[in-house]
Amino acid sequence: MSGRDVFVIADNVFSPLGKTTAENFSGLKQNRSAVKPYQYRSQAYCASLFDIGEFPASQTGYTKFEQLLIASIQNALGLSGLSALDEKTVLIISSTKGNIGLLETEPVTPALHERIGLSTSAELVAEYFGFQHKPIVISNACVSGVVAILAGMRMLRSGQFEHAVIAGAELVSEFIVSGFQSFQALSPQQCRPFDKNRDGLNLGEGAATIILSSDKKYEGAIKVLGGGISNDANHISGPSRTGQELANAIEVALKDARFSAGDIDFISAHGTATQYNDEMEANAIALAGLESVPLNSLKGYYGHTLGAAGILESVISIQSLKGNFFFATPGFEETGVTKPVNVSAGAFQIPAKNLLKTASGFGGCNAAVVFGK
Amino acid sequence: MEQRINVLSASYFISSSSSIGNGFVHKDGTLIFEQTVSEGSALLLSVYQHLGFNYPKFYKMDNLAKLGWLAAENLLTGDFKHESYHPERVGLVLANTNSSLDDDMKYWNSVKDIASPSLFVYTLPNIVIGEICIRNGFKGEHTFYIQEKFDANFIIQQVNYLLDNDILDACICGWVDFLEKDFKAVLFLVEKKAIDLAMAFNAENVTSVFNLSA
Repeated sequence: MSGRDVFVIADNVFSPLGKTTAENFSGLKQNRSAVKPYQYRSQAYCASLFDIGEFPASQTGYTKFEQLLIASIQNALGLSGLSALDEKTVLIISSTKGNIGLLETEPVTPALHERIGLSTSAELVAEYFGFQHKPIVISNACVSGVVAILAGMRMLRSGQFEHAVIAGAELVSEFIVSGFQSFQALSPQQCRPFDKNRDGLNLGEGAATIILSSDKKYEGAIKVLGGGISNDANHISGPSRTGQELANAIEVALKDARFSAGDIDFISAHGTATQYNDEMEANAIALAGLESVPLNSLKGYYGHTLGAAGILESVISIQSLKGNFFFATPGFEETGVTKPVNVSAGAFQIPAKNLLKTASGFGGCNAAVVFGK
Repeated sequence: MEQRINVLSASYFISSSSSIGNGFVHKDGTLIFEQTVSEGSALLLSVYQHLGFNYPKFYKMDNLAKLGWLAAENLLTGDFKHESYHPERVGLVLANTNSSLDDDMKYWNSVKDIASPSLFVYTLPNIVIGEICIRNGFKGEHTFYIQEKFDANFIIQQVNYLLDNDILDACICGWVDFLEKDFKAVLFLVEKKAIDLAMAFNAENVTSVFNLSA
């Protein structure tokens, strides 16, 4: 597809493993996982949650969700050297549940309805930094983060903006834990993506930011090369039986990048460690002709950060691409999916040029994005 | 903080429009149903019955999904031919203010007793897109945006990008919002070819349909 090159010029991961991408990368290099055991209503589950001391310093007037976004954006903006005041910069926010935890502590009034709203948070965060344009908010289940990156890529390609600050955040409230527990989707142990003994997912808190630019002075930086989004049209809470629709999104992403399957050196998979997701995803990867490409899932390190996952896992994988150093899939020992995809049990080094990031979620949504050198 | 407008010309067409609000239903700008009902979910049931739909899954949906599903059925009744498009080439771009808050509050009330998985699954705004895709077999690109208020120019930009760049051949777009007593759905079927009565897909036409009331 047409258009200008879109460069990744700065990023941040703010998670229980660290406050910057560099801190997170070094934690992962030591094979540290943020996933720990907890209990909800006398059932064990595991999650990656902030301890009090790991949370950003509190700022009056902002909810925890907004503080998390602000901390992540602040670090990435600082690294980029860009100003939020720049007329040609757009802010894009992704989250599934944002401030929903307020339902648990605040009286329900019309004012609370508005305070919970994702556009309220986005406006507050935009005003905090002084962004000149109305922020864009994407809430599309667990593909939100990948969709937000693609939205930013397109706004730069079309020349509408020159820079895009794309941030996602998610907190694990009782609302979310109880819901996933009611679905019997939570593993009592560290999750095991693509493994024979996988038994559900871990939830995770965190924020991540990626800053894109079409300015040619960033030539040489990692590029966002293309993307695709699809719907299963099958079931609202279960993925496609065949994986064909995620495979379609991957194929659209490859075509957008003017690539064929052979151009992809590494896949950062969604890999939630639920029975259905991983089976579907392996089918899709095989259908797209990528079954031999090394892949990982970072869910055993961070849990599933829902609306932030697409950005968080993209940022880590972009760092991997820069250093040709790719992380393990914690919990993976023996394959438990029908299609023989190439899941990496341990960290590895390969000369890599391009990577594919995939995501899928409730509502039958799938998304894929390609990054490259 | 206004969004910059980047719509040079309207090259696409609104083949059909559908709106459902407090007490009325429009199809292509014509009032087709009117009823004074105080409660949103009762009105949605009346619309379902009046328009003669038969889709048992409707009854298990939350209010937001019911509203969007009904608006989409109303939109596609008539001239739209599913077989004239590849499923991968039809998509959706929807937005609202209140995300899934109507169902979120119902789900959270259930948690005090036993958390209800059938309420939890609707605690995402894009589930309404999933329901419309399941009904119609649409498998193309889709996105749900949260916005303070309806922004015709923004929606037009997103849809034009998808059609200009050959990502979709047809797109359903618009607004679906439901929170307690307030609800509104306005959907547009946007196609590349003009059929009878088609309007240009531009901010003026989209806004005038959006502002229709009983």
